Amino acid sequence: MTARTLRGRIAIVGIGETEYFRHGGSPDAEFKLALKAILAACADAGIDPREIDGFSSYSDDRNEASRLAAALGTHRLRSATMQWGGGGGGCCAAVANAAAAIAAGLADCVVVFRALAQGQYGRFGQADGIATISGEKAYLMPYGVLAPPQRFAMRMRRYMHDHGITQDALRAIALASYHHAQANPRAVMFGKPLDAAKYDASRWIVEPFHLYDCCMENDGAAALVLVAADRAHELRHAPVYLLGAATGSGHRAGAIPHNAPDYASAGFATVAPELYRMAKVGPSDVGVVQAYENFTGGVVMALAEHGFFAPEQANEFLTRDNLIAPSGRLPLNTSGGNLAECYMHGFELVLEAVRQVRGVSVNQAPRNDVALVIGGPMVTPASSLLLGSEATL
Amino acid sequence: MSQRAPFYLPSGLPTPLPEPDGLSAPYWGGLRENRLLVQRCAECRTWQFGAEWICHHCHALDPDWVEVEPRGRIFSWERVWHPSHTALTGYGPYLAVLVELPQAGAVRMIGNLLGDPMQEFAFGEEVVGQFEHHADGTIPFTLLHWKRIS
Ligand SMILES: [Zn+2]
Repeated sequence: MTARTLRGRIAIVGIGETEYFRHGGSPDAEFKLALKAILAACADAGIDPREIDGFSSYSDDRNEASRLAAALGTHRLRSATMQWGGGGGGCCAAVANAAAAIAAGLADCVVVFRALAQGQYGRFGQADGIATISGEKAYLMPYGVLAPPQRFAMRMRRYMHDHGITQDALRAIALASYHHAQANPRAVMFGKPLDAAKYDASRWIVEPFHLYDCCMENDGAAALVLVAADRAHELRHAPVYLLGAATGSGHRAGAIPHNAPDYASAGFATVAPELYRMAKVGPSDVGVVQAYENFTGGVVMALAEHGFFAPEQANEFLTRDNLIAPSGRLPLNTSGGNLAECYMHGFELVLEAVRQVRGVSVNQAPRNDVALVIGGPMVTPASSLLLGSEATL
Repeated sequence: MSQRAPFYLPSGLPTPLPEPDGLSAPYWGGLRENRLLVQRCAECRTWQFGAEWICHHCHALDPDWVEVEPRGRIFSWERVWHPSHTALTGYGPYLAVLVELPQAGAVRMIGNLLGDPMQEFAFGEEVVGQFEHHADGTIPFTLLHWKRIS
């Protein structure tokens, strides 16, 4: 019996995205954005879109696999997976699910994608238009804990208290993202630099999150094409291999309202060890990280839980200079990420990790053989992904 | 900004209701009678909040609802400035706290911390519950806020 692993079996062979817009700024319908990203990813791979036989997404993406397959005229549909859970917790899990389908022989060519048009469908950051509320949100919303910033700030406040984390650690993450976005013409914040004084002067959204600690809201779409590793060499680019993937959360992470036993955490205590075990690498092998920033605070926790530093070392490790490419110790969010490139629910982070391993990022890290993507701190299920070059296999 | 009568937050935020299956109805009904009810398993005595149909520890169904004293300590907090709802436009800041109830298995619940939104306080500080009745709307409901003891 072969080992149960995805390591080295699946390759990412194409990436594509639409132009990224401010929320409500897309001239295209959300479904059209999804189609454009998928066509771009197939063109990048050199694959006929009709060959796609699987679709994978997350966070209740509205653009269903069957409609996509019909619209694209694919020959047949064999795999259609949706990762449960909200936010960006599924941005790596959706890749894992697609890879698992291929590895198990359920499909041959799977597209993983995320599309968002908030002008068309409303924003995450506003909670208007709800008269009554039940379930988890009933315990929160009447107290003004309405939108994601308010739902996550308390976790970070407790974590800062437990480990002595300062605001400067959060600021360093925002500064690194904005720094990288200034070299990235795709970035919504391209041409809009951020410095420490501007961060400090920005308004509070909810303490401890300033405006610049919070992700943007955007319109756009992004997609990847996955095939089995043995097919990858026929295609246009050097394959980028999945080294490892892990998804989930710890004991009762979903206990509402705010009753998770491991409350002041990003939720990777059980996920990160699985990731490294499958990938057969450790944190010291990772040269570049894309970490989902719903809020900068989640990145602090997620990096610690992935073994880059102990929480008590966070203030020392998390400086702007340590986090920027190419000179930093651990280049972070090298496209600008959710804060400054585009909030494509973290999927833009996966595309950037592929660019890093290919060696074509506009903020290229010098150590790019092993790239980490972390999806969805503080949500459940969360997920993370390790990608590697041929040399790492 | 410190005078917030009759309610801590302005009207117009979503009204809490039990789920259609009635799962949390005892909790919301209890608040209306100035009683804080929390689930406690009759079989294994495990405390649980929010409401669920099963005890997460021993899997006995339909955990009991037990009245507990509305006292606790501040486990975490946040000061909210940005209005994420039109009802809050021009209103903030306000304080939301996560309160842990040591006498009920350290279950936690969210409420607002009454008083000056700029007040300073400590993690672990003791608070006592205060019921806020909203009887005027089409669906009456009660919230549970918290007040520092010291
Ligand atoms: Zn029990």
